[in-house]
Parts: sequence; structure tokens; C-alpha cells
Amino acid sequence: MKSQSEPTSDVTPDVTSDVTSDVLLSVRDLRIAFDGVAAVRGLSFDVREREVLAVVGESGAGKSLTTRALLGMLPKGATTSGTVRLRGETDIAAQRGRRIALVPQDALSALSPVHPVGDQLAAAVRSVAGVSRKEARARAVSALDRVGIPDAVRKARAYPHEYSGGMRQRAVIAMATINEPDVVVADEPTTALDAELQEQVLRVLGEQREAVGAALVLVTHDLGVVREHADRVLVMYAGRQVEQGPTERVLARPRAPYTAGLLASLPPDAPESEPGARRRRLPSIPGSPPTPDALPPGCAFAPRCPLAEDHCHQEEPGSWTADAGHDVSCHRWDEVPYPATELFLEQPV
Amino acid sequence: MSDALLDVRDLVVRYGTVTAVDHVSFTVDAGETLALNGPSGCGKSSTVAAVLQLRRPEGGEVRFEGRELTTLAERELRPLRPRMQPVFQDPYGSLSPRHRIRDAVAEPLKVQGRWNPADGPARVAELLDRVGLDPAYGDRFPHELSGGQCQRAGIARALASEPRLLVLDEPVSALDPSIRAGVLNLLTDLQDELGLAYLFICHDRAVVRHFADRAIEMRAGRLVTA
Repeated sequence: MKSQSEPTSDVTPDVTSDVTSDVLLSVRDLRIAFDGVAAVRGLSFDVREREVLAVVGESGAGKSLTTRALLGMLPKGATTSGTVRLRGETDIAAQRGRRIALVPQDALSALSPVHPVGDQLAAAVRSVAGVSRKEARARAVSALDRVGIPDAVRKARAYPHEYSGGMRQRAVIAMATINEPDVVVADEPTTALDAELQEQVLRVLGEQREAVGAALVLVTHDLGVVREHADRVLVMYAGRQVEQGPTERVLARPRAPYTAGLLASLPPDAPESEPGARRRRLPSIPGSPPTPDALPPGCAFAPRCPLAEDHCHQEEPGSWTADAGHDVSCHRWDEVPYPATELFLEQPV
Repeated sequence: MSDALLDVRDLVVRYGTVTAVDHVSFTVDAGETLALNGPSGCGKSSTVAAVLQLRRPEGGEVRFEGRELTTLAERELRPLRPRMQPVFQDPYGSLSPRHRIRDAVAEPLKVQGRWNPADGPARVAELLDRVGLDPAYGDRFPHELSGGQCQRAGIARALASEPRLLVLDEPVSALDPSIRAGVLNLLTDLQDELGLAYLFICHDRAVVRHFADRAIEMRAGRLVTA
């Protein structure tokens, strides 16, 4: 069981404090716990104007809670410390829907089943701007039109169940961007969709973000999505940052064994690899991610890490700067090979 | 004629006036992996349900080990069912939350009248070990396992029936990325050792390319040439 105060947390350098005024959203030493169980354990990052930051992690990594903290909608019973500032303001909940908005994972449950989609968008407009119902409705229709919903006038009168999955996800993107927020937070916006729809929805999300000039925090577990869409990436594991930096640097030269293992375990996406090339085993990370109530001592990834030595099992790593803007939390970050294929092959179960 | 393990010909599945599967034909040989992909709503799941005879198709034939299944009575199907086993996407949803893992894995043996109190528990332990789970996990309930462990337990349960064909419906898409490769490796190993055939439903093109011997694609109920 971990205590919430960690001796190494003061080692974490304020990595982005040297960058100045274009920071929109600033998170410092965010900690979230439930009944003394720490789920987010000291997270710091910035989101700058018009930037796309991907937050990568798997179940239990704390990314959904982090998302909720960004929107000021943490569940009751959460104990939090640290700060989240949006343009310097700490009362995020008051700015939700105006300056910051959410594209949720499950569009169906995000929309009311008993109101036409257009009415729901119009209500979002009127909650912020003092415009007439007619004007709000007109904006709702044009927002649906912008996200590529055909026959938007008619579709605005339809209910969510009359939309397909992809159309629903477009509608919630329209809703999130209709008030031209500074920051859009998208929580696994394509997880429930098939591959083709994922592409479409991400394209629409990107277009709308551009159109309203918003920054995007894109929560995902898909490194392919990160590669295509993110300027920077923050990799989380067991409630902490393991690596953060410009996407091309992190993916080209990951410094944390966890990131390197994730990349190594993706099936090669080379067009020349024919079906049946599969007799090769994939590199894989042994074991499973820990749950917040059963964190191992020291580095939380150490029990699964082929590079772990005694030290790693005893002391939580601080943060090191690998190169400009690229930070890593690993005791052995400068010994992580890349590609890490060999490192993660044939690990005993 | 073909001596394929599974030979599906002109399969038609209709729901009222909607044709979900429209004259689909394919074969899966013993020891082979055939990937079936396509967008949501293209008829993949209806095809799977008809192959497994969970839903009787409106037309066509499903030949498994040379026997035409669509005309068999349920009583005649029953002895064949263990030989074609599904593994589902949601690892938690496919195991009863109220049964311990060892009971879930033992259940097919009991239902099929192959349970022997003397060596049954050892058989369950062997199956768990085979899928990379510590047999001590048999005492646990599904919610006490991670998604990957749960999916391994689901595979162990399918193996208990000694199948020749596994129908894998998005078996890794609900899993955390760091454990997907391990489950795919397990499936590869099991196929090599046991000569299993897989009908593999998957959205991820890279996974299909890596994992499947052949791939077919459905759109709006029909096969399209890849």
C-alpha cells in the first residue's frame, strides 16, 4: 500500500515552466485518491494553444480520472491535491461547456434519449450565449452540417437512437465545439467504433478543433492514433507519468521501457508483410498492469520490466530530461534499447 | 468438393425483410486462421451466429467436419457443439460473475459428461496452466482477474471441450494494449500445438496481417474481394 506523499515527487522538475504565455491548461502535481487509495499520483503537464496532447495509458493508469479533473467533474469522495488551471482560473467546472468541453467515449449515453439532437445542441448554445431559440437552433443545424451530418435540418429533429454510431459521435463533437472552447478533451472518442469510422471521427474532430482554434487533449490507448494526430504525448502508468514529449521523439526513441514495450508489441504494420507471416511470436510485456490498491513498491512497472534491477523495486524513479521537452521516469532510461524487440521477446509467463 | 474443416456455402441470414448475410461462402481448413473483417453492421456477427448454429440460417449450408449442420436437429447437433467453441470480445461478460474460474472451466466437462472427480480438478489445473494462468487463480472470481487473465480463462474454458475450431470474436480488442500481444502469442502457440482452426473476427488490419493466414471482408452482408 502506497502512502500518498512520495519522497521523490519533489524531484519532478517543472518541465514546462520555461514556456510562457501560450499555456492554456496547466496541471501541477495532480493527485487523486479514493479512501486513501491513490489513483493519480503526482501528474504535471501543460496544454498550449492549438496543440494536440495525447494521454496514453491502459485501465487503471488514471487517465479517465485525470480527464475528469480537467473538466472539474471528479466524482464525490475523491480526495485531490495539486492544481488544474485553465487560463489561470482554478474553477474549471464554471468554464465547462464554454472554455473547455468534453467529447465522451460513449456518445449514446452522453446524449439524452428523449430530446431531439438539435434541441440538445441548441440548449448548449443557450446555456452560454444569450441568443434566441431560433438563433440557437440555426447554430445547432449548422454545427451538425459542419461535422458532415447529411440533411442536417432534418437530422436536427431526429433523436439519438435514429443516428448511427458514427453519426452520434459526430453529433457530440458538434456539441463539444459549438461554443468554440479553448480546450476540447476527448476521452477515447473512437474506442467503440470500427476502424473506418475511427478515421472519419478523428478527422472530423481534427477539423472542428482547427475551425474553432481549440487545443485538444486526446485520451487514447491507441499508439497509431497518437502517431497520426498528436503533437505531444504523455504516457501514464499506474497513476504517474512515465514519459512525456514531442510525439515524433517519443515514438522514434522511447526512453521508458513501458513505452518501448508497447511499441514493440504492436504487430508490424508493413504493407509488405503478407498474411501468414505470423509464425513469429510478437514481443510482449509480461503480466498485467497493477490496480491502484495493489501497487508494487518502487517503480510500478518494475515487476513487468525486463530491465528492472533491485533498485527499481525499492525506489520510485524521479524524472529525467532525455532531450529537449522529452522527460522520462525510469531509473535506467539511458539503457533502454530501441527497438526493444529483443528485450520483450519470450518473456517467461 | 472440399475437405475443409468448415465449409460455409451460400449462407443467408434474414431478420424480417432485412438480409444481414447475403449468400456468403468461405472455408476454414484444419489448423488454419481465416480472418473475417468488415465495418459494424456488415453481418459478421450474424455469420458467426449461423456458423455456430446459435441461430438457424435462412439459407445455405454450414458443413463442419463434413456434416451439414443446418438440417440437423438440436439433439444431433449437441455432440458436435463442443468441437466448435466461441471466444468473445468482452472477457468479463463471457464468464459468469458468480462462478469461480475453476468451476467455469470445469463446466463444459460436466455438461458433456466427461467430468471425473478423480482427475477433473487436475484437468482444470492443466488447462489453466496451458493458457498461462497460475492454477491458484482457479479459486478466484472473474472480477478478481485482470482483463487479460479473464480472457485466458475464457480460452481455457473453450479448450476444455477439446474443440477443432475456435470462433474468436474480437478476442483482443477489449484488452489493454500491453497484454494483447501475449494473448495473440498464446493463440498462436495453441494453434501450433493442438492444430486448432480459427475463424477470427477483427477490426485491426495490422493484427489481421500478422495473425491470419487468409482474410475475407464483408460489406452490407456480402463478401467483397480483398
